[in-house]
Amino acid sequence: MRLSPEEVEHIALLSRLKLTDEERERMTTQLNDIMGFFEQLGELDTTDVPPTSHVIPMSNVLRADVVKPSLPVEDVLENAPDRAGDTFRVPRVVE
Amino acid sequence: MADEVLLSAAEAGRLIAERKLSSVEITRACLGRMRAVDAGVHAFVRVTDDLALKQAAKIDARISTGETLGPLAGVPIALKDILCTRGVPTTCCSRILENYVPPYDATVIQRLRDAGLVFLGKTNMDEFAMGSSTENSAFGPTRNPWDLERVPGGSSGGSAAALASLEAPLAIGSDTGGSIRQPAAFCGITGLKPTYGRVSRYGLVAFASSLDQIGPMTRDVRDCALLLQVIAGHDPLDSTSVPAQAPDYAAALDEGVKGLRIGIPSEFFEYRGIRVSREIEDAVHAAAATLEGLGAVCEEVSTPHLQYVIPVYYIIAPAEASSNLARYDGVAYGYRTAAPPQDIIDLYERSREDGFGPEVKRRIMLGTYALSAGYYDAYYVKASQVRTLIRRDFDKAFEDHDVLLAPVTPSLPFRLGEKTDDPVGMYLSDVCTIAANMAGLPAVSLPCGYARGLPIGLQILGKPLDEATVLRAAHAFQQATSFHRLAPLQPPASDRGAAVEWACHG
Repeated sequence: MRLSPEEVEHIALLSRLKLTDEERERMTTQLNDIMGFFEQLGELDTTDVPPTSHVIPMSNVLRADVVKPSLPVEDVLENAPDRAGDTFRVPRVVE
Repeated sequence: MADEVLLSAAEAGRLIAERKLSSVEITRACLGRMRAVDAGVHAFVRVTDDLALKQAAKIDARISTGETLGPLAGVPIALKDILCTRGVPTTCCSRILENYVPPYDATVIQRLRDAGLVFLGKTNMDEFAMGSSTENSAFGPTRNPWDLERVPGGSSGGSAAALASLEAPLAIGSDTGGSIRQPAAFCGITGLKPTYGRVSRYGLVAFASSLDQIGPMTRDVRDCALLLQVIAGHDPLDSTSVPAQAPDYAAALDEGVKGLRIGIPSEFFEYRGIRVSREIEDAVHAAAATLEGLGAVCEEVSTPHLQYVIPVYYIIAPAEASSNLARYDGVAYGYRTAAPPQDIIDLYERSREDGFGPEVKRRIMLGTYALSAGYYDAYYVKASQVRTLIRRDFDKAFEDHDVLLAPVTPSLPFRLGEKTDDPVGMYLSDVCTIAANMAGLPAVSLPCGYARGLPIGLQILGKPLDEATVLRAAHAFQQATSFHRLAPLQPPASDRGAAVEWACHG
């Protein structure tokens, strides 16, 4: 299975990345090279093998539902590229 | 070169506690060494000299009042630029975080502060820890102190180079597929990837969350044990941190390896026709013989699914990365495109296009594809199932063995630029280290020989949460050998192969 430049363009859209023509071309070749390795997995029958998403036997780690202090708003907004008052400013989302 | 830079961290800490050396003195010595060599090595992307001298003076003041502090109090440390450090830019060596100043400390950073360590600065790395040579840094590559034409490995290449070039006696790295161990091997230092969950990941900039682990990088095993002690332990802020008490790592170091059962998995020496280079294979077998001479019992074992680690890793790690890195959108922090965006999507796309380097984009694309509708089962689920098979191989190997012995890298350090246009070739340099991340196992890399003036690494893997046995075996090896005592003389670059023996306790 090989990716076409059109599919790479679609993946870029899903990834929220803009690619130049040259980048798209190079990316198509490189992704196909890397995916050549993926086919090796087809050699294995994994029918009844449970997937591992985590290596430690822990699940649903919860803490008591009590309010704890969070970072001061002003400290957090120090890193904002653009702000309006106590909020992050972005281009208009809803017309 | 001031003599203080030749001290081990354990020795420096002891002298500071006994008031025979001040923290300010050793901190100044390290900063002086950085000024002398770092223009050539480029281990650091930021030197925090004011902060370091302030921290050092504070420790000296506390000790002068008779206060008893921990064994590493007053000892300087280099920090990989992936750990959020309050008030100090933390960039992951990416343009997208170039101006990011965290408003909080990673748990590991907090623990280092509490233990009285002195922060020399932030070390260079592959952007977002994605790479094996430190050439993917947005701020220029680090060079291997043993040969400035060669890479130090990656992604924690800056931390490894800082130790090898005697700029710092201690460093912190992170390891997702070998990023502590491979640069440790290339630079001839000692680096441990702890068990997944042993060290809190809170405040570690996330790459692949089921694989990432922070660990100590040092010049010998004793220092490694002491630094692990500072950073290990449960943290309620990381729900994947293991709620288990860390044992006293230094206490168990000297128990020796008599009767220790060591397995040598043959698959680590050959991956689908690619053989580990002769000098590395010989050095690892010689190390096994050394350990046998000390009373350990070595035998060959098999971990057959190791031949699938490359596809499994390069599906799972990018899949997790594509999700983790979705947060860099130019909205709340980090780089935002300077061009006025047409709409919010345009703002995301332009910010990410300008902010990420080529390898990061490649992995985001790969991961997005592996998780996308129609391919999720074929790639992500399949890889996660094979991950289970890899884990089972290790479970079986550890039924009859206490530790496993293996190479760290298939080849000696390569030249800068040699693999930058060959992502597949670069990925293959992780082939011996990925498995420990897949199974969450602790694994240390330590020097076990030199070839053509370049260091060779030995890998010792252990059972989950059994760092103590891994460190004990590694320490026994270092007590019987002197490979770890060598550091390259730099500058000048023409001194390749020339080495200095740094002071050692014991």
